[in-house]
Amino acid sequence: MAAKQLVHIKVNGREREAMVEPRMLLVHLIRSFPGLTGTHIGCDTSHCGACTVVLNGKTVKSCTMFAVQADGGELLTVEGLMKDGALHPLQEGFKQEHGLQCGYCTPGMLMSSYALLEKNPSPSEEEIRWGISGNLCRCTGYQNIVKAVQFAAAKLAEGEKHELSHVS
Amino acid sequence: MIPAAFEYLRPKTITEAIGMLLQRGEDAKILSGGQSLIPMMKFRLARPAYLVDINWISGLSYIREDGGYLKIGGLTREADLEASPLIHAKYPILADTSRVIADPQIRNMATVAGNLAHGDPANDHPATMLALRAEIVTEGPQGGRVIPIDDFFITLFTTRLEHGEIVTEIRIPELPPGSGGAYFKLERKVGDFATAAVAAQLTLDDAGACAGAGIGLTNVGATPIRAARAEAFLRGKIPDANNIAEAARLAASEAQPGSDLRGPEEYKRGLVKELARRALTRACERAGM
Repeated sequence: MAAKQLVHIKVNGREREAMVEPRMLLVHLIRSFPGLTGTHIGCDTSHCGACTVVLNGKTVKSCTMFAVQADGGELLTVEGLMKDGALHPLQEGFKQEHGLQCGYCTPGMLMSSYALLEKNPSPSEEEIRWGISGNLCRCTGYQNIVKAVQFAAAKLAEGEKHELSHVS
Repeated sequence: MIPAAFEYLRPKTITEAIGMLLQRGEDAKILSGGQSLIPMMKFRLARPAYLVDINWISGLSYIREDGGYLKIGGLTREADLEASPLIHAKYPILADTSRVIADPQIRNMATVAGNLAHGDPANDHPATMLALRAEIVTEGPQGGRVIPIDDFFITLFTTRLEHGEIVTEIRIPELPPGSGGAYFKLERKVGDFATAAVAAQLTLDDAGACAGAGIGLTNVGATPIRAARAEAFLRGKIPDANNIAEAARLAASEAQPGSDLRGPEEYKRGLVKELARRALTRACERAGM
């Protein structure tokens, strides 16, 4: 059994450190931090994407990485989308367009959508569906999730900037 | 869900990595993208006692043309290929292939080298690399070597790589003018492994006849399969609809599919024929036919 090692990760703009076994999955480390249970574990097979976070500017499935691999990195989780009590346009979109039912896939959907809009601020429907193709939803049939992302894209295009504490 | 315990090693150079792998023996595995290895470890199908994480080694992430080859570094991610203007412009068969591997999150981590080194015939790049006649460049305990793609895949999950040997680069002979290629994959849902897939890369001469052909088949055998008879048939002929149909028929006869949840053998064979027809047709279009 390997000794624990210290990892430093900046999570939603805040420096954190933890002693972890090498085999600790990144998702388990994230969820061990108080208040950061928004990142969900939905499967055992790396399919569902409910664990999606943004690490060093790229979406990853945090269940398919070890915490030690994120050492020194910058992480954005769903909790990092809100700023000073204001919802991110994506969160507003999911609310307005009923983009969730049980809410289990939602954090992953939000993070994948966030990354999509960062790269492609006005995606077509096909591009949105492609952008969330690593996230499974059992409730909604995806249509309202697409609408939620379109809502957010429109809001962001109107010039509504939403500055996050995480900067990458 | 939770992997067995292991010791985590973080080499700074290839040489250090090779040393670590040798010293710990067969119980040590390379951690690169990890998108095949980590799921296996979570099921405890793989229980390496040591993981040698090569992600921190610099200088292995590149896509460039150099010395008559397209060179892809050993740590280049699928997402890098997908985003590369060079790949889209001159090697669209690689863009076709990358974009149907898994999903966006997995493509951010997964490496092209890992997709080959894992030795899974269900992976997509092997067939494409067969079609492109790629070479695998490695560093290992005996020094460096270049493995031609036709020698690389041995059987299920088994490649020519020795323990301690690391893929540092995949190189593809630069394509001559009049070249075109395509990769067509049928999957049950986005992100799935192929029910079957075909990679086709053609070069046409000035008369529009086929000067060179590379055809690779995905997930219809214990290794990716080169449809050599289909390739030989096409050489010297104009790839019109009839010749493409015959080449597709030959490619299907060279597949060795097994019946499983993705479909029965005859279905997969028929699928190879249709996908080969589409891939060859698109390859011709891209070759400027």
